[in-house]
Amino acid sequence: MHRVKVRVAEDALDANATIAAANRADFDRAGVAVVNLMSAPGAGKTTVLERILGDGPTIGDGVRVGVLEGDVQGSLDADRLAHLHVPVVQLDTGSGFGGECHLDANMVRSALPLLPLDDLDLLIVENVGNLVCPAEFRIGEDARIMVSSVAEGDDKPLKYPLMFRTCELVVVNKVDLLEHVDFDLDRFFYHLQAVHPGVPHLEVSARTGQGIDALRAWLARLPDRVGAPA
Amino acid sequence: MHEFSIASAVVATAAKHAGGRRVTVVSLRLGALRQVVPDALAFAFAIVSRETVCDGARLTWESVPVRVRCAPCDRTSTLERLPLRCPRCGDGGVAVVAGEELEVESIEVEEEAACTA
Repeated sequence: MHRVKVRVAEDALDANATIAAANRADFDRAGVAVVNLMSAPGAGKTTVLERILGDGPTIGDGVRVGVLEGDVQGSLDADRLAHLHVPVVQLDTGSGFGGECHLDANMVRSALPLLPLDDLDLLIVENVGNLVCPAEFRIGEDARIMVSSVAEGDDKPLKYPLMFRTCELVVVNKVDLLEHVDFDLDRFFYHLQAVHPGVPHLEVSARTGQGIDALRAWLARLPDRVGAPA
Repeated sequence: MHEFSIASAVVATAAKHAGGRRVTVVSLRLGALRQVVPDALAFAFAIVSRETVCDGARLTWESVPVRVRCAPCDRTSTLERLPLRCPRCGDGGVAVVAGEELEVESIEVEEEAACTA
C-alpha cells in the first residue's frame, strides 16, 4: 500500500450549488422570481408575511405571490398563513441529518412539483429561523431578504456577517418597540455598513404596519428587476 | 450545527474524487468570512464519514485570510477583522477577493503498490 495525493480544488457545496442552479432554471422557465426570507427565530418573518399578503393574493400591479414554508414547527406557520388565500406549500424539513437548521437546494427541489409555478410571479421561501446555517446554502433564489428585529442586539451584523453580507435587502422589524429597548438604530446601520456597505434597508413594524407598503413595493418590483423571461 | 451538513458535503466531494480508494487525509481551505468552526467541522466529519471511504481519514484545513480589492486605490489588502473597508482610503466599495472559500483542496488516498514479490 502507498499513499497518493489527489488534487480536488472543488467547493464543498458544489453539489448544492448545482441543484440550486437547476431550481433557478425551473423558476426562470416558469417566470417566477424567488425570495429567500431569512432571520433569527422570533424576528417576525411569518408576521411580516401575513402583513404583506393581508390584502389578498396579489401585490403591486397584479403580482401573484406564493409561499414555500420551510420553518420547522410542523405546519404551524403554514396554518397561520392559510387564511390569506395564497398558495402555501409546507416543506417537511424533518428528514435528513440534522438538516432542520436550514433549507438547502435539494429540499426546495423536492417541493417544486407541489408548487403552482405557472400561476405565480413571486415565490417567497420562508427559511428556518437561524442566522448561521441558512446563509451557507443557496436554494435557487433571485434575492435574499433578512429580517432583523430591534428586540435583538444592534451588533447582530458583526456576529453573523455571512448572513448580512449575502442579502439584497435588510428589513429592520419591530421598530414600534424602539423606545422600549436599548437597540440603537444608528449603531445597527453603522455595523451593517461595516459588513455589507450600501445594502438597502427598510424600517418596518409588522405590528403597526409601518413600512409594510415600502416592503410590498420592493417585492412587487422584483419580477421586473429579475427580468423573468416572458 | 450546519457543520454536519457541510461535513456530509465534504465527505461526498472527497468520495467523488477517491474513485473507490480509501481516503486517509482530506485537506480543506476555509475562508475567514465563512462561519465554519473547524473543530466542530472535524467532530462532525469524524461522525458522518463512518462507513464511507473517508472512515478514519484525518481532516486538515488551511485558513484563508480575507482580502479585499479597492478600485479607487487600485490595491488589494488583507483584513484582520471587520469592517470590510479599504484600510488605506476607508472606501466601503471593496470587492472581496479571498476569504469566502469552503473548498476541498486535495485528498490523500491509499493505492495498492505494484506487487514485487
